[in-house]
Amino acid sequence: MSTNAKDLRHPLKRARGLGSAQFGVAHWWTQRTTAVALVLLGLWFVILVLGLLQGDYATARAAVAKPWNAVLLIAFLVSMFWHAVLGLQVVVEDYVHTRWKEITLLVLIKFIAVLCVLGGTLAVLRIALGA
Amino acid sequence: MAQTQRPLSPHLQIYKWQVQMVTSILHRATGIALSVGTLIVVWGLVALAAGEDAFHQFKICMGSPLGMILMIGWTWSLFYHLCNGIRHLVQDAGAGYAIAQFVRSSWLTVIGSIVLTLIVWGYVLSAGGAA
Repeated sequence: MSTNAKDLRHPLKRARGLGSAQFGVAHWWTQRTTAVALVLLGLWFVILVLGLLQGDYATARAAVAKPWNAVLLIAFLVSMFWHAVLGLQVVVEDYVHTRWKEITLLVLIKFIAVLCVLGGTLAVLRIALGA
Repeated sequence: MAQTQRPLSPHLQIYKWQVQMVTSILHRATGIALSVGTLIVVWGLVALAAGEDAFHQFKICMGSPLGMILMIGWTWSLFYHLCNGIRHLVQDAGAGYAIAQFVRSSWLTVIGSIVLTLIVWGYVLSAGGAA
């Protein structure tokens, strides 16, 4: 935190963490960047799934195992959960006004998202590498 | 922070309903719904990696009446969030802020998302391989 003389906020307010955390711009940009990625990856994912509707188990596995599909699926998982975490964070911050509940939910959402990304990525890799 | 009695701005029920309001609320609601839906994507991938039985179980759940209703809901949520997300990206670029344009693009996202959902489910049901 800068100790800028032009900062009109009371030091106590900054100490309590009730002011700007200085991460707003990064949050905004990451949300938009993942949004653009998800426009493309989301449409691709819908088409991929629709193409597999009539196929059996082996067809689905073979499709996921294709290198391009595996790479795009992992990219989809990462950008999807990242975008979801950023979006849910804003929702929680807007509606949960009890501090400990807010923090608990924010941390819980991040934990679940990271586990899901890792689990989903491992699943894609297992299929792609034929394990 | 919670104990201070600050005056509140007028809440939702005060305002006359307008399409721009609906699109804004729906964007958040579908975002939350899609965040839950991400878990289904991971479940599908993990089941696919786990083996034929697990994947079969996944397909049965998704193909059940409840599963189908949820999938239709998620399909519309996805297309709505996608269409309105593109609208927001255009607005982030500074375009489309005139009131007439704003209202028109709102209707466009609502109608576009319904049309896209109908196209996808028309295909799913005609192809006969539901979920």
